[in-house]
Amino acid sequence: MDGQDQAYNFAYLDEQTKRMIRRAILKGLAVPGYQVPFASREMPMPYGWGTGGVQVSAAVMVPEDRFKVIDQGADDTTNAVSIRKFFEKTAGVAVTERTGEATVIQTRHRIPEEELGEGQVLVYQVPIPEPLRFLEPSEVETRKMHALEEYGLMHVKLYEDIARHGAISTAYAYPVKVEGRYVMDPSPIPKFDNPKMEMAAVQLFGAGREQRIYALPPYTKVVSLDFEDHPFDPSKADHPCDLCGAEDSYLDEVIVDDAGGRMFVCSDTDYCGTRQANGHRGALAAEDAA
Amino acid sequence: MSNLQESGPLLSVRDVAKFYGARVGCRDVSFDLWPGEVMGIVGESGSGKTTLLNCLAGQLTPDHGEVLFDTRTDGLKDTVRMSEPERRMLRRTDWAFVHQHAHEGLRMNVSAGGNVGERLMAVGARNYGQIREEALDWLGRVEISGERIDDRPSAFSGGMRQRLQIARNLVTGPRLVFMDEPTGGLDVSVQARLLDLLRGLVREMGLSAIIVTHDLAVVRLLADRLMVMKGGEVVEAGLTDQVLDDPQHGYTQLLVSSVLQV
Amino acid sequence: MYVAVKGGERAIDNAHAWLAEERRGDREVSELSVAQIREQLALAVNRVMAEGSMYDPDLAALAIKQSRGDLIEAIFLIRAYRTTLPRFGYSEPVDTGAMACDRRISATFKDAPGGQVLGPTFDYTHRLLDFALAAEGLEPPEAVMAEPLPPEVPHVTEFLDREGLIQVEEVPEDDTPRDLTREPLELPAGRPLRLQALTRGDEGFVLGMAYSTQRGYGRNHPFVGELRIGTVPVEVDLPELGFAVEVGEVVLTECETVNQFVGSKTEPAQFTRGYGLVFGQTERKAISMALVDRALRWEELGEDNVGAPAQDEEFVLYHSDNIQATGFLEHIKLPHYVDFQSELELIRKLRREAGTSSSAVTGVLAREAAE
Repeated sequence: MDGQDQAYNFAYLDEQTKRMIRRAILKGLAVPGYQVPFASREMPMPYGWGTGGVQVSAAVMVPEDRFKVIDQGADDTTNAVSIRKFFEKTAGVAVTERTGEATVIQTRHRIPEEELGEGQVLVYQVPIPEPLRFLEPSEVETRKMHALEEYGLMHVKLYEDIARHGAISTAYAYPVKVEGRYVMDPSPIPKFDNPKMEMAAVQLFGAGREQRIYALPPYTKVVSLDFEDHPFDPSKADHPCDLCGAEDSYLDEVIVDDAGGRMFVCSDTDYCGTRQANGHRGALAAEDAA
Repeated sequence: MSNLQESGPLLSVRDVAKFYGARVGCRDVSFDLWPGEVMGIVGESGSGKTTLLNCLAGQLTPDHGEVLFDTRTDGLKDTVRMSEPERRMLRRTDWAFVHQHAHEGLRMNVSAGGNVGERLMAVGARNYGQIREEALDWLGRVEISGERIDDRPSAFSGGMRQRLQIARNLVTGPRLVFMDEPTGGLDVSVQARLLDLLRGLVREMGLSAIIVTHDLAVVRLLADRLMVMKGGEVVEAGLTDQVLDDPQHGYTQLLVSSVLQV
Repeated sequence: MYVAVKGGERAIDNAHAWLAEERRGDREVSELSVAQIREQLALAVNRVMAEGSMYDPDLAALAIKQSRGDLIEAIFLIRAYRTTLPRFGYSEPVDTGAMACDRRISATFKDAPGGQVLGPTFDYTHRLLDFALAAEGLEPPEAVMAEPLPPEVPHVTEFLDREGLIQVEEVPEDDTPRDLTREPLELPAGRPLRLQALTRGDEGFVLGMAYSTQRGYGRNHPFVGELRIGTVPVEVDLPELGFAVEVGEVVLTECETVNQFVGSKTEPAQFTRGYGLVFGQTERKAISMALVDRALRWEELGEDNVGAPAQDEEFVLYHSDNIQATGFLEHIKLPHYVDFQSELELIRKLRREAGTSSSAVTGVLAREAAE
């Protein structure tokens, strides 16, 4: 589709703004895990709906890119559709639902199941970039804590979890330490996705409302915080996908009838669809097949 | 932990002054504190003793003078002029600060175990079981039942909170402890128990400490040496027994006689 | 079963079409023109311009029409449009002393040079529904034409200033203040940035903060020293010409409060000030802004921080913007089922390990609101 709307600059933002964002991205890549303040612009979609991710995508996008957007792992969720349309309209770039074909992938709440490679960019939408925020509400104070590497409080939180529940009770947005230095919020991905963050692709994180960008260069060391005797556990539903039979993918639980019957299906729609196309079948797939 | 080269003072305070506009907070204060020594600072409220303590502990920046601390790496170093990161590092490792009001020194929404464990975790402890064991040990040492380890301090009595604050501060074996009226605001019977406990800890751990109080009984029990402050200045200093038994300055005499009458 | 959130492309298109239809309403009723909104809902237009940070009554009226009267939505439209506009330069500071005032009152003096001018205010109307307005076509009686005010109406606070009774406002050197819309907010912000945030802040939020100071949460005893509403010229310095030229005029509301005095044994007592300046006729907002500005100045004026919300710069600045607030608030409508699933798994696991008592695990779900 080459239907770029001529009323706007390529990918909506003006070039000055893009340069400002690129500078923030480069700084973020140079200091992995550090939250770089940037002058987030007011976008034509609401704060909290991916304005940070959209600005980062707009700043890195070139006309040759092939763009994919997922929300909750799915390409056809409403907000993913909305953001994909936005870039089709303002940048006229090609879009795809295939993880392997995409050069830029914007995501909310998931990392694709298929391993990403060099040359790909994964852009995360981030609501609250500060991993210490719910322990310390003041931004002035949390910035100081990062600067001085004062992360004791983070472990106090994990300690309290274990003391109370017998296990660390953070299921998503599970904090990580980057290259042994910065404690970072991985955005609200399920902890199942945390181990995937050591990857070959560039990872960029954009928080529009909070005016922060941070980044992970390829192959950056990312360690989920834990205790030696209570190690990090990236668990998921103990169940294969009912559509494609995958045992290694993150699953959504879908209630299918009034009696509370449920099925488990891959949250990554492209992964699930590709597997089914290759002949993989789950327990409940046959009925749908014909 | 023990200082093998019994070289010099742990803390050397030189000519410290702090002003609030035209008003004197404290001035012309100089003294040395030696390893294993407990220094008491007494005076009425408004005498400048708390201002002085805050200047020494890096909570206030003095307008004049030096506060030299015997750092592990560089020996004596002026804490007033050192960088904020260095000072914060000292605060969570070599220094401890016991506040008059326990709630200022505790995290009230964190369990007793978490409160004691925080300093351990801040310096890198990452084994839950060991942190918990250490916390239990310290709760025992400050006479808090191990069953309370998962309770929050908001459910504790005033005396228990203060003991918890002390455990939280001492767990990493600080080299210097600052205490601001540690027995203030507690009932008399609770005070006695706390003092007893503190005396035991001071003896046992060979603590170096600076204790600010208006209560002469506290310094009598805990302090090796004593400074008496009035109007922001030190009016008399010396060995505790000497100063209390044979006060030279009129103000000290007044303080001592008023306590005797009680 | 997925329909609620997936397969959304057609659903979105249909929703938009329905929205457009609802916006138009009953086609038997004639359509509202942008000019009607601009002229007859002028205070709504003013609020949209003020919080949208863009002075254009026609576009603000269009935004109100498009948003079906949802003013925060209209402000959002204006902000999103504003961000695409190129920045040619910055105007000279406007001179409110040269304001052509429609309204000008002082609560601190019975009278002052220039006089008290009520202007078009609701203040002394009785709030009785006027059913005559329901019958359209009635023209209001013509208002009496007043004597024009002199071109320069002095600020009331200047009289206090002359006697040294009010704190002198430090004019920062030629240091251009940071621009809130072009640079990330970094704290401590300082007064110029605080005022920028307040003037575009949500009217309800700023009003609530101001009200809280009056009720004792950071009380500062304000008097309205002066409130003036009127038109001022906007000048832009053109380097090619070497002087400033007038490029247009804007209506502004300015409020200066006179507040409790400070002083000590060494410094004589003086009144202090709060300041509000807002686009359009927006006096509730301007007065609120002045009170909050004054509360935020506690440190500079040597007052105690009593822990009041209105004294907390970080709290006020991070929560005053209604576009940020509404976006983040409403985003919890977006699907969060991946995170919820992760919590479900965890809570089931914890329950398995702990027997079944449910009270121990309620805290997990009660964690921070969904992100």
